[in-house]
Amino acid sequence: MSTEILMPALSPTMTEGNLSKWLIKKGDTVKAGDLIAEIETDKATMEVEAVDEGVVLDLLFKEGEANIPVNKAIAIIGDPNEKVEVKKESPIEKVIEEKKIEKNIETKVENKKADIIDTPSPKIEEDRNLSSEEITMRQALRDTMAEEMRKDNKVFILGEEVAEYQGAYKVTQGLLQEFGKERVLDTPISEHGFTGLAVGAAFKGLRPILEFMTFNFSMQAIDQIINSAAKTLYMSGGQINCPIVFRGPNGAAAQVAAQHSQDFSSWYSQVPGLKVIAPSTPYNAKGLLRSAISDPNPVIFLENEILYGLKGLVNNDINFSIPIGKANIEKEGNDLTIVTYSIMLQKSKEAALRLKEEYNLDAEIIDLQTLRPLDTETILNSVKKTNRLITVEESWPFGSVGSEIANIVQRDAFDYLDSPVIKVNSADVPMPYALSLEKLYLPQVDDIINAAKKVSYIK
Amino acid sequence: MKKLQKADYIKMYSFMLKIRRFEERAAQLYGMGKIGGFCHLYIGQEAVVVGILMTIDKNDSVVTTYRDHGHMIARGLDPKRIMAELTGREDGYSAGKGGSMHMFSKENNFYGGHGIVGAQVPIGTGIAFTHKYNGEKNICRTYIGDGAMNNGQVFEAFNLAALWKLPVLYIIENNKYGMGTSVDRAAAGLDLYKRGEAFGIPGEKVDGMNVFSVIEAADKAGKYVREGNGPYIIEVQTYRYRGHSMSDPAKYRTKEELDNYKQTDPIEIVKAEILKKKIATNDEIEKINKDTLEEIKNAAEFATNSPFPKDSELYTDVYL
Repeated sequence: MSTEILMPALSPTMTEGNLSKWLIKKGDTVKAGDLIAEIETDKATMEVEAVDEGVVLDLLFKEGEANIPVNKAIAIIGDPNEKVEVKKESPIEKVIEEKKIEKNIETKVENKKADIIDTPSPKIEEDRNLSSEEITMRQALRDTMAEEMRKDNKVFILGEEVAEYQGAYKVTQGLLQEFGKERVLDTPISEHGFTGLAVGAAFKGLRPILEFMTFNFSMQAIDQIINSAAKTLYMSGGQINCPIVFRGPNGAAAQVAAQHSQDFSSWYSQVPGLKVIAPSTPYNAKGLLRSAISDPNPVIFLENEILYGLKGLVNNDINFSIPIGKANIEKEGNDLTIVTYSIMLQKSKEAALRLKEEYNLDAEIIDLQTLRPLDTETILNSVKKTNRLITVEESWPFGSVGSEIANIVQRDAFDYLDSPVIKVNSADVPMPYALSLEKLYLPQVDDIINAAKKVSYIK
Repeated sequence: MKKLQKADYIKMYSFMLKIRRFEERAAQLYGMGKIGGFCHLYIGQEAVVVGILMTIDKNDSVVTTYRDHGHMIARGLDPKRIMAELTGREDGYSAGKGGSMHMFSKENNFYGGHGIVGAQVPIGTGIAFTHKYNGEKNICRTYIGDGAMNNGQVFEAFNLAALWKLPVLYIIENNKYGMGTSVDRAAAGLDLYKRGEAFGIPGEKVDGMNVFSVIEAADKAGKYVREGNGPYIIEVQTYRYRGHSMSDPAKYRTKEELDNYKQTDPIEIVKAEILKKKIATNDEIEKINKDTLEEIKNAAEFATNSPFPKDSELYTDVYL
């Protein structure tokens, strides 16, 4: 009997991998525990062990082949005396299909892909300095940090695993090699301490970029962020500013459950003295991160782990920046306004496509880009045009960014509204682990469509 | 250690006295309702900051806790503007927006005045990081109350400072009480200066009522840190004569205990030394006393006549 070796999922967000190297060849005998291949994931290159035993009957991919989907067969092992009947009678693809149905594993991967639809917004298309090749969000962030570090040696980066490990999510890849250990510092797992240290360094004139492995861990350090970084300029009568960027992934990744999936956008947006940014594409990640690093104030830069792999065109001018406090009209429309940010932009775009197709509703999508200061003007102008508003975000519903927008709109554009504002948020519970519950917890395209129908009085 | 000159003795005495008179006046203004909120007095602890002052370089940085009035005076800052901050007026060091606990003077490398117990410790460590990053020979003196020595971020900062060999001198001002809780009721292990041992940070305990002991320890520790050996901890044994803040009657300690410490009053020790060494006469000392009283009186007058901040100031200094 032969067994397939499948491309393993080696991280919660991995959807495909590259086959860096085979450590076995056809005809080898493999025992459980033997190393069989090196696989490059979205985060690192890892060795894979065999769990079954037998002789290698076939290697289905060559070394160097990229973008092999998770759960695709990459090798077959078995008894050499036995005919490889699987291949003849049941082609690999079919086996995979069956597995999909059986285990329902692929659903997760497919969902993730469906989340990310990236058609450039009109403004990006007009950009004359657009790159010829698409790059990932991860690379856009990395490049921008490197560019700013080259310009100003007061800029340095610190955080857990940012140097030797090359970043827990590879966002700081290569920075240690280029800038050295004085400017790219691995910290102990000590958020409260190293955040306070970075804030002190910023008070004294350096420009730290502090990476939280995820923003969940920023709660360990939140006193230093709010009581020290955000308030000292005011408390010192304007003497001591704090030019620091706190960045890292925020919100849900994939099945990492309650303590590792929180969205902090409204928490930080509540605080005067902080600026809060949430990019949604490689293009605006680049422009906004540059603005954040150059800003003389503390900036919270909320990335999204699932978006790290999102590809898109960028502006490669090393001085290109997008101003803080300016929203982007991602798509123009006349029938209703969808205000969103970060990963929910992708879901909103998908919802807009279906709203047009299925209900002939032409939605205008506003990507906030900056949460504080909020671009209320762009929101109000849109509502005055469409007369209907929904907000879409990943955070919990109570006191969310959408809550504040609803307040502003009822106050300043009450007479323009043809229906109550509806907020689309995640469920008001801690994030569950189970795949099925996680999907229910997070706002989905259908939720956005239902909200859009409701504000449009469509049954 | 450099031998103390006659002028040094006079400087020590004058600064310590200035702090004492300032705090007494602040207490009076608080009682009159001219100073609001929290107000933590430094009376009894003067020898600590003045002793450290005697070994300081003007380009060194300082960061301290909310008991900061004396620290600012020792830094050479203007008592008028310190008092004006206490009264919440526009001439205050923070333009009336910080108050007693949050005062800063960037041009004098004085980085606060921090209201959150322990928060100044990583911050001071970060300022020291900057000195090293910039290749400067300066150090950051980071003051810590005994209460903060049970706060987690202090140990995180110790670890980082030792790991990266940062030029930071930690000065624990052990005044025996964290608010109303005595050190022995808060800390397991009373030798606070040993709390850096696990990180390889040397520490020593010093009599903080005697300014000469403080100078000697600070000089030695300062050299160690400045030479690039990493952090150092001095635990200064001191005592506050007043309660934790103005609203604290200090019922948790006995009158005898307080009287005992007053027997070793730090200002009297310096004065006795000056007279013994015939550095100044009684008359000359009297003149310093009078001048100091006058200076502080003027500061109080200035601080109560300075205008309140303009209403429009409410919205400034949120962002640069």
